Amino acid sequence: MSETTEDQNVRVAAICDQMAALEGPLLPILHEVQEEFGYIPDGALQTIAKKLNLSRAEVHGVASFYHDFREEKAGKHVIKICRAEACQAMGADALGDQIRRHLKVDWSQTTADHKITLEPVFCLGLCACAPAAMIDGKVVGRVSADRILEKVGS
Amino acid sequence: MSIKVYVPLDSGSVALGADDVASAIAAKAAKTGADIKIVRNGSFGMYWLEPMVEVETPRGRVAYGPVSTDDIDALFDADFLTGGAHKLFLGRTQEIPFLKSQSRLTFQRCGIIDPVSLDDYRANEGLSGLENALNMTDEEIVKAVTDSGLRGRGGAGFPTGIKWNTVREANGDQKYIVCNADEGDSGTFADRMIMEGEPFVLIEGMIIAGLATGATKGYVYTRSEYPTAIDVMNEAIEVARAAGVLGDNILGSGKSFDMEVRMGAGAYVCGEETSLLNSMEGKRGVVRAKPPLPALEGFLGRPTVVNNVISLCSVPVILEKGPEYYRDYGMGRSRGTIPIQIAGNVKHGGLYEVGFGLTLGEIVEQIGGGTASGRPVKAVQVGGPLGAYFPKELFDTPFDYEEFMKRDGLIGHAGVVVFDDTVDMMKQARFAMEFCAIESCGKCTPCRIGSVRGTEVVDKLERGEEPDLQIELLRDLCETMKFGSLCALGGFTPYPVLSALTHFPDDFKPRALDIAAE
Repeated sequence: MSETTEDQNVRVAAICDQMAALEGPLLPILHEVQEEFGYIPDGALQTIAKKLNLSRAEVHGVASFYHDFREEKAGKHVIKICRAEACQAMGADALGDQIRRHLKVDWSQTTADHKITLEPVFCLGLCACAPAAMIDGKVVGRVSADRILEKVGS
Repeated sequence: MSIKVYVPLDSGSVALGADDVASAIAAKAAKTGADIKIVRNGSFGMYWLEPMVEVETPRGRVAYGPVSTDDIDALFDADFLTGGAHKLFLGRTQEIPFLKSQSRLTFQRCGIIDPVSLDDYRANEGLSGLENALNMTDEEIVKAVTDSGLRGRGGAGFPTGIKWNTVREANGDQKYIVCNADEGDSGTFADRMIMEGEPFVLIEGMIIAGLATGATKGYVYTRSEYPTAIDVMNEAIEVARAAGVLGDNILGSGKSFDMEVRMGAGAYVCGEETSLLNSMEGKRGVVRAKPPLPALEGFLGRPTVVNNVISLCSVPVILEKGPEYYRDYGMGRSRGTIPIQIAGNVKHGGLYEVGFGLTLGEIVEQIGGGTASGRPVKAVQVGGPLGAYFPKELFDTPFDYEEFMKRDGLIGHAGVVVFDDTVDMMKQARFAMEFCAIESCGKCTPCRIGSVRGTEVVDKLERGEEPDLQIELLRDLCETMKFGSLCALGGFTPYPVLSALTHFPDDFKPRALDIAAE
C-alpha cells in the first residue's frame, strides 16, 4: 500500500521536531529520513526546509552533496565494494568488474529486477583484510565475487 | 567461575567471521556444558590472525588464530579452554612477536579490555590522566601537551598544544572540541580500531582537551562507513555519562563536559577540518578559506579545537605519565609514538604502534613480512590517497614527518599500502586524479577542474597521443593544483601522481606503442 504525500510529510515533520534541538540538525535529519523511507523523498525537502527555516534549494544542495543520500529507493540488497588503493592492491578492480558483468549493472546502478544495487565505496577501514565489501550493512573481508553473489542470492 | 573467552567485535575481525565464531563457541559450550563467558573485545590489530580467539588461563591470556567456525569442534576437543595444544595455538597473546615489539602507549588497552566496560578501563589505569588534569590549571595542561611534542596525527602534523592554546586564549561563551574521526584515507584504520576497541580513551582525551581550553561540548564526527565504531562510541558515552565521567560534575570536580557522535554521509572531503565543520553545521561539505582559523571561528563560528582521533587518544597517557615519558619516544621533531597501519598486499597486515624512526623498509619487509602474494614489492603508498608512492630505492626513509617531506612524500595518517609488481603505476596515477574529481567539493578551480583534466591527460598518455607533451602538461597541472588549491585534496593529489611519474617512468610509456613493438 503506498502512502500519500500527506502521510509522508507528517512523518518527516515529526523527525524534524525530534531533532530540532541538535546543533546543526540537517544531516541527522536527512539520515533519519533515509532510515525511515529508504531514500530522501522529493517532498521531504520542502518539509525539512520549512521546519529549519531554510530554502528548499539549500536542503536539496546539502542532500545532493553527500554520496549517502539517495533520490530513489535502493534494491532489496545493497552491495558496496571498496574501490580504494589498499583493496586495489588485492584485486578489487577485477572483483568490481566480475560483479558488474554478472549483475549487468555499472557502479551506482540497480539491477533491472530491482533486487540488487551496486555501489562503490572508498574505504571501509578494512585495509588489512582486502578486498573488502559491505553487503546490506554487514562487512566482509578478503572477499571473492562468488561469496558476494552467494550472500545476495544471485 | 566461568572461563573468559575473548572474540573481537572489531569490524576487521567481524569481516573475517568473528561473529559466527563467537556464536559457534557459545553454541558448543552450551552443548558441552562448559562454563564460559564470551567477551567481545577490540582487536590487537594483527589481521592475518583474525578472528583471533583468546582464553584466560592461569598462565595468562593465550591466543588461537585465525579461527573459523570449522575449527570450533577441534578446539574444544583440544581443550582450548585451558590453553590446550592445537595447530592454531599462538601462545600467550602478549608474547606474539608482532605485538611484543611494539610500544603501545595510545593503544595500550585496545584488545585487552571489554571496550564498553568502564571498570575494565579503570582497572588498567584508565582515567588517571583525567584525574591528574583535574588537579591542574588549563595552562598547565596545555604546557604538558606542548612539552610532549605531540603533533596532529591526522596528517598535517601541527603541534597539538599550540592549537589548544589558541582556543584557550580565544574569547567565547561557548567553545567546542571536535574530534575528526572522518578516517577516509585508504590504508588507514587506526581511528576505527581505537573507537571500537577502547572508546573511553577518546572520551578521556576529549574531556582533557575541554578542561585545557574551556570547551564544555564535544563532537565526534565519524563516517557512515563505520557503523560499529558509532555504536561502540555511543554506548561508551552513555556509560561515561551514567558514571559521572561526562556531564556537569566530571568525577565530582564540579567541571562539566559532554559529547555526542555525529555521522558523516560519505564525503571524503569532510575529513578536511573546515568542510567537516560545515558538514556538522548542516551545510554542504565545502572547504572554508582560512583565516579565520577554526581555533577562533570554528563550529557555529565559535572557538573550536579540531583534532584527529589519535591525537586526542594520545593525550591521556601524556597527562598520566608526564610529557617527558611520551617525548622520549620518536626521532627529530617527530616525538612520541605513531600507530602505523600496514595494509594492502602484505603478509602481516595490521596496526603497529611504535616510536617514530623505523625505516619504510623495516615496516614493509620485516614487520609486514613482504607481500601477501609472495611477489616482489614494487611500490608503497604512504599517507592515503593523497600520499606519494615510494619505490624500494627509498626504503631507507625513516618514518618521520620531516624525512618524508624531504623526499616529496608525507606520512599523513600513517597508512602504508603495499603493492606487488603487478601494479600499473599509470593506472594508479589516473586513479588519484579520478578520486580527486569524484570527491572534490567544487569550491576551488585547480581541484575541481584540474582533477578532471588530469584524468584526461593520463588517458591521452595511455593512448600514446604526443606523450612528451602530455607528461609536461601533467607536471604543469600538478604544480597548479599543488599551489593553487584551497585544501589538501587538490593540493596533495599531485603527490601520488608525480611520485608515480618520477619513480616509475617505465609505466608511463604509451601502451599503443608497446603493442606495436610486440
